[in-house]
Amino acid sequence: MGKKLIATFATAFLVFALAHVVCAQIAAGSGRDTNARFVKLEQQAAEAKSSADNAWMLTSAALVLMMTGPGLALFYGGLVRKKNVIGTMMQSFALMAVVTVLWGLFSYSLSFGSGTSFIGGLENVFLRGVGAAPDVDYAATIPAQTFMVYQLMFAIITPALIAGAFAERMKFSAMIAFMVFWSVVVYDPMAHMVWGKGGLLNASLGGRFPTLDFAGGTVVHVTSGVSALVCALYLGKRVGYPKEAMPPHSVVLSFIGACPLWVGWFGFNAGSALAAGSLATSAFVATHFAAAAATVGWAGAEWIRNGKPSVLGGISGAVAGLVAITPAAGFVKPMAALIIGLIAGVFCYAMVAKVKAKFGYDDSLDAFGVHGAGGTLGALLTGVFAVSAVNPIFKDAQGNTVASGLIEGNAYQLLNQCVGVGVAWLLAIVGTLAILKIVDVTIGLRITEEEEVQGLDLSQHGEEGYYWEASA
Amino acid sequence: MTKLEAVIQNSKLDAVKTALHEIGVEGMTVIEVRGHGRQKGHTEVYRGREYSVDLIPKTKIEMVLPDAMVEKAVQAVLGAARTGKIGDGKIFLSRMDEAIRIRNDERGEGAL
Repeated sequence: MGKKLIATFATAFLVFALAHVVCAQIAAGSGRDTNARFVKLEQQAAEAKSSADNAWMLTSAALVLMMTGPGLALFYGGLVRKKNVIGTMMQSFALMAVVTVLWGLFSYSLSFGSGTSFIGGLENVFLRGVGAAPDVDYAATIPAQTFMVYQLMFAIITPALIAGAFAERMKFSAMIAFMVFWSVVVYDPMAHMVWGKGGLLNASLGGRFPTLDFAGGTVVHVTSGVSALVCALYLGKRVGYPKEAMPPHSVVLSFIGACPLWVGWFGFNAGSALAAGSLATSAFVATHFAAAAATVGWAGAEWIRNGKPSVLGGISGAVAGLVAITPAAGFVKPMAALIIGLIAGVFCYAMVAKVKAKFGYDDSLDAFGVHGAGGTLGALLTGVFAVSAVNPIFKDAQGNTVASGLIEGNAYQLLNQCVGVGVAWLLAIVGTLAILKIVDVTIGLRITEEEEVQGLDLSQHGEEGYYWEASA
Repeated sequence: MTKLEAVIQNSKLDAVKTALHEIGVEGMTVIEVRGHGRQKGHTEVYRGREYSVDLIPKTKIEMVLPDAMVEKAVQAVLGAARTGKIGDGKIFLSRMDEAIRIRNDERGEGAL
């Protein structure tokens, strides 16, 4: 025992002495040398952080793409009748391709280039100047190219959501034309206003009406949801609606689609921290809690009203909660997320089950009832529940953090949220109406009644989702 | 008793059903079928390979009627299912010897 103690002391002394000698040598070295080492160390630390952030952001980008395909494609594909299954899935998949091309050519620049308060400039067309160097205004630790490709995934899923409103009756050619115009006329300006440099509603880069929108409550869900309603009203009902029963042909497909939507949403919301730090964790947790609470809310409301909780109700509730928490994810605490989710689940259920039936519009897959209504609700509740402890986004002139949302005493923020939501509604209504009119006059929006009875799969693509016989 | 079988366009099922209910037809069996008459099929292409499909999805309605109702039912189906184009389908009538209600052994027109 005693020997061991002596040995330990001897070792400790030796180590200490050695360290002393090394330190003395460093001190003896020139000051310039030490400085150089520190600079190098700092640089290495920055590189390490950059690598970590970049890894998370590339993962997030992939997760968000997964929300469109297969997530949304399966979710919507299951909800339509079986003669429209692949036509509906193709709408999502086609946008993965078309929006990507637009994004590279000019949409990224129109969204995130520095331009006016309403739309970005043209300095980044053809992705000029979008390379390995970070764009410090947006995300200082990741390559601008990572930021660009991450934002692209949002630009893909947003128009894909609208397809739920005109399901089973729009020409494929008209759909593509509509989406190309919509990306440029509605999405790019809205993304610029909320997230772009100098945008009218930007909360962190000096907007006139700073709107809190962490991951796209207004940019993604309000714009797509409201445009969906306009589409449903403009195109009119499907042949036979609402007299004929048009139940989902496969709740199984929808279920398999809803699950990657939930998982992908972690990339959508937690990725919107644009770094791999604690804010990403906070957004991740809020996202998950809201989805869970909304599932309980929707299925519970249905259980009380119909006597049975449906599977479709459960997965629709999860999506509604994810929609509502999207603008709030990086600003609220977990318990606030639970409340937002619960309200969203019940509210969206009421929109879909009551309001839609009352007004009789054929929002076939409830793009407005879930994304428009849930997005609007979430954007407003963000102004209520945002707290500076989670995300110190607002500073006064001295650089001190000030209150974020209503529960911290900043009632003014709720007004800003209303402005943001109002701008999104207005832009979506006016833009969508104008585009629909143009496409209607030039290409024609709807397939013929015969084609509608035959289904999108055969009439638009010459294929069937479920082939009936092997030989013919 | 007469058995009425009608092969119709899928899109006309609702109209035919309603028309038959209006004249008092109480029961029917509906089957999703595939088939063809004079109407030509269509072509589907999978990865460049063409398949011609001549069996087209149709709906078949079957019911057994008391003789007094047959002509009314035929008129109802004709009126509701006709678009005037090839592919509207056909109606077949045949004699039915007996009908038996499984629940209580009742026989004849009373069992319908």
